[in-house]
Amino acid sequence: MTVAGLFGQLLAIVLALVLAPLLTGWVNQCRAWMQNRSAPPLLQSYYMLHKLFLKDVVLAHGTSSFFRTAPYVIFGCMLLACAIVPTLSTDLPLAPSADTIALVGVFGLARIFISLAAMDIGTSFGTLGGRREMLIGFLAEPALLMVIFTTALISQSTSVATIVETLAHRDFVIYPSLAFAGVAFTFVSFAENARVPVDNPATHLELTMIHEAMILEYSGRHLALIELAASLKLYAYSCLGLALFFPWGIAAGENPLGLLAAIPMLVFKLAVGGAFLAGIETINAKMRIFRAPEFLGTAFLLAVLGLLVRLLLETRV
Amino acid sequence: MTMQFFDEPIDLTPQPGAGSPVWTGVAASGEDLQSFAIAAHRHGGRLATLWGADRRHLGGGFRLHAVFGIEAGHVYLRLDLPADDPVYPDLAGIFPAANRLQRATRDLVGIRFSGGDQRPWLRHGAWPADWFPLRHDAGEGRGFDNPPSDYDFVQVGGEGAHEIPVGPIHAGIIEPGHFRFSVIGERVLRLEQRLGYQHKGVEKLMAGRILDEGLRIAGRVSGDSTCAYAWAYSAAAEAACGVAPPARALSLRALMLERERVANHLGDLGALGNDAALAFGLMQFLRLKEDWLRLNGRLFGHRFMMDRIVPGGVALDLDAAALREIVDQCDAIGREVRELRAIYDEHAGLQDRFMTTGIIDADLARELSLTGMAARATGIILDGRAWRQGYTPPSPYAGLGVRPATDERGDVAARVAVRFDEILESLRLLREVAVGMPSGETRVEMAPAAGGSGLGVVEAWRGEVLVGIELDDGGRIARAHPHDPSWQAWPALEFAVLKDIVPDFPLINKSFNLSYSGQDL
Repeated sequence: MTVAGLFGQLLAIVLALVLAPLLTGWVNQCRAWMQNRSAPPLLQSYYMLHKLFLKDVVLAHGTSSFFRTAPYVIFGCMLLACAIVPTLSTDLPLAPSADTIALVGVFGLARIFISLAAMDIGTSFGTLGGRREMLIGFLAEPALLMVIFTTALISQSTSVATIVETLAHRDFVIYPSLAFAGVAFTFVSFAENARVPVDNPATHLELTMIHEAMILEYSGRHLALIELAASLKLYAYSCLGLALFFPWGIAAGENPLGLLAAIPMLVFKLAVGGAFLAGIETINAKMRIFRAPEFLGTAFLLAVLGLLVRLLLETRV
Repeated sequence: MTMQFFDEPIDLTPQPGAGSPVWTGVAASGEDLQSFAIAAHRHGGRLATLWGADRRHLGGGFRLHAVFGIEAGHVYLRLDLPADDPVYPDLAGIFPAANRLQRATRDLVGIRFSGGDQRPWLRHGAWPADWFPLRHDAGEGRGFDNPPSDYDFVQVGGEGAHEIPVGPIHAGIIEPGHFRFSVIGERVLRLEQRLGYQHKGVEKLMAGRILDEGLRIAGRVSGDSTCAYAWAYSAAAEAACGVAPPARALSLRALMLERERVANHLGDLGALGNDAALAFGLMQFLRLKEDWLRLNGRLFGHRFMMDRIVPGGVALDLDAAALREIVDQCDAIGREVRELRAIYDEHAGLQDRFMTTGIIDADLARELSLTGMAARATGIILDGRAWRQGYTPPSPYAGLGVRPATDERGDVAARVAVRFDEILESLRLLREVAVGMPSGETRVEMAPAAGGSGLGVVEAWRGEVLVGIELDDGGRIARAHPHDPSWQAWPALEFAVLKDIVPDFPLINKSFNLSYSGQDL
């Protein structure tokens, strides 16, 4: 571990905390524009967080301490995920602590906590949301793993930093397998981040909710942490996608100047990615919930195809 | 000039006035009423509404009012009941729509029915079971305890079956109502509604008022149908007083009713897209609806045209320039609606949500006495504005040749299609009415007739709105009853959701978009 590495790591975490709500705000802004309405300010997510942190927490009767601890665990998981995914540099001191499989596990841990917390309050909506979240999760995780295995086969390592280094800093090669994996990853991201067409983050219809149904009973700082965690998750997924499929601009090794140059590149890529997300959300309707298995099954199929393409076509025997 | 229907021994006389055709008569006994109901049911009729009145202070007992919809129009029957034990035979076995109406009548007036479902409907425990707010000697009814009340929902048992209680307070800003889902996983086994949370004593408020005051209350029963209620109320008052409004007033009324229909369909079509997460649709339709309402505000002085239709005519007049503006707006909005319809029709994701969701078939719709847009979406050709065999629509619709929009699928997609068709048809009607606007007076003077009574029927955007009025000896309202088509459509919703899953319910619900306020009264 070097000082520059430590600095890079800290910078990445701070940047995640700053940029994640901005990304959510940007997506909301783009969506509003595409729907022909005037958009909320870019900083709206910050205003919301500020308001929520100032508000008192109201707890439902009969909630256990689990309900109160869950937001911190979920927030911690998402922050860790943001720290592991290479956003600016591949020289990350935290990277050896968790590889891509562990990253999927970190997302899984957060999912289990939020689902259990939803069931802890004992309302039918919490259980309903928790149940649907597990349905989506257990279909999305294998697809995500398959995507990651495809990239891991290319770099012969499951470490995220190594994968990105391989893809970004070696000679430019076109990998057909990555095209399949990229589409599969996009599908999974929509499902995992509760976006249209799988879930609708803007709905007020409690019976149709997935993610929102689980957090209906949260308030005050707990809700703020969960909202921030959701922003961080979207940020982590976006950065992972960008790092795996559009890795150009990420600094290699210990290069403080490269680190600073990587920031505008990242912001640019996130802005384009956010607009793309908003575009998909605007032109699509939410699918019936039992279409989600088909949707995620397609993602899994594409990811497996990517893996096979890698094994059959791209490996010299 | 009396006549009889279905060979039943009840002499009926046609009601005067310019409204929808109504025959009134008196049933001699509960058995006669029941026998008429059976005959009406056998001939494809429906129960339109049912209410009770306390006439003990007028020198009688209690009176049950029942209105049946038949091919030729409406039959309005009265049944006098004794003051000491008012009871009549249960009609819910013939017309399931009677179930909630009978229970509400019992809760409000204390007229009992023998047998059947005896659970309370409007009484949620806010007043005792032996106190009836619509009796003339009931008093103000303040100071009762309001303990939490139990309601005997039908339980569904079995492995894995459980209940999801939803409401009366919802996550969105909508009216209150309780929905009890019995489900296995996501599959709906049963839905039972409990409504009445918005009971505010509308009928009691109307009693003892002069006709003009009653109008303001009738126009606020359900704000999205204010023109329909005002027209039905005015038609009832005109029938009670034997007055016919001038032709220009009727055309202006039709203008307002059709504008109300278009405004509601525009809003609901947008909301239906939004419920399937296509917010683009909502924004586009909201923009059109806003333009529409702004023109209402400018020409009629009120965005929803409240209190513009009055007994005897209308309270405003439009000049040629205003009519020109209406025609121009119809052309502009019609173009945009056609474009948006193409987008909705070609959107695979949206159609996947709409099609085969929330199906009710024509047989069920007839059985439930369903009227209006939801009934037409099952293929039933029933529209109070259109000609049918043996039925003459009221003026000015008789001369307009209204084409009822129907669709045989009975699902959400069908209700969407019917709404689109009805917008386009209403735009055509608006143009015709505006271009052919007769000249002359817009209002005639009306002297309230002591002891008169009448029934007004209007084909509102949701379905049939009825208002019944009885005047006392001083010409004030003795009893007025507004009836919302939601009474018949809420039970249909319970059936529509049966083949579907829980997350489809909001979409199905929105495709009907029923009134809570209108039936909680």
